Amino acid sequence: MANTTAMCTSFKKELLNGSHALGTQATNSVRTVTTKDTFNGALYLVTATINSTTEVYSATGELAATGNYTAKGALLTNATVPSTTGTTAFWTPSASLVWTNLTSSGAFDAVLIINNKSTSGGAELAVSVNTFGSQSITAGTLTLTMPTNDATTGLIRLA
Amino acid sequence: MVTMITTTHGDMDEALLEKKTGEVNNDQEYTTWVEYWLKGELVHRSAHIALKKGIEIFGEVANLGA
Repeated sequence: MANTTAMCTSFKKELLNGSHALGTQATNSVRTVTTKDTFNGALYLVTATINSTTEVYSATGELAATGNYTAKGALLTNATVPSTTGTTAFWTPSASLVWTNLTSSGAFDAVLIINNKSTSGGAELAVSVNTFGSQSITAGTLTLTMPTNDATTGLIRLA
Repeated sequence: MVTMITTTHGDMDEALLEKKTGEVNNDQEYTTWVEYWLKGELVHRSAHIALKKGIEIFGEVANLGA
């Protein structure tokens, strides 16, 4: 059992289906996405198994909703629309995720990005999994800073 | 000036606590953490995880009539 950095395979299919709006669409006489979706970052214990096969949010393996952590994590700030450089499109949340006065229910090593506005079976669709070294927080602050938003390091990149 | 630290026992003067710090720096992240201990008990731990790189997928288009 382990968490693995990956773009969720179901997310790739859902992109083709138009299930995710990471930004808003320009005026389009046929179809216009005027409201972009909102996304959360949820933290998972080192004992969890989230990876490319994760399709939707599940509380299984997530930090317990104690110690100032709430189920489904925290809302991502999404103020920067998807962009392109060369042949690569990219998107990155525009601010860090921050939990203050947090006591984690255990060691964690992954954040699952989920779409709050697009669901399957009532559960939020999964976007991606990013892992990092195991951490735990005790009466402290966790700051999770996103990578630089460009074509080589952005959180989500389509080349 | 007194620096107060949030701990499992409430806010405490930093001078009363033992401070430990560390970092992880690799291709995926630059992480720093700080711990405060009181008489062998961990009473505060914070971490700052900076992701260095997201995830890339490659789009492909098949050749027609190949």
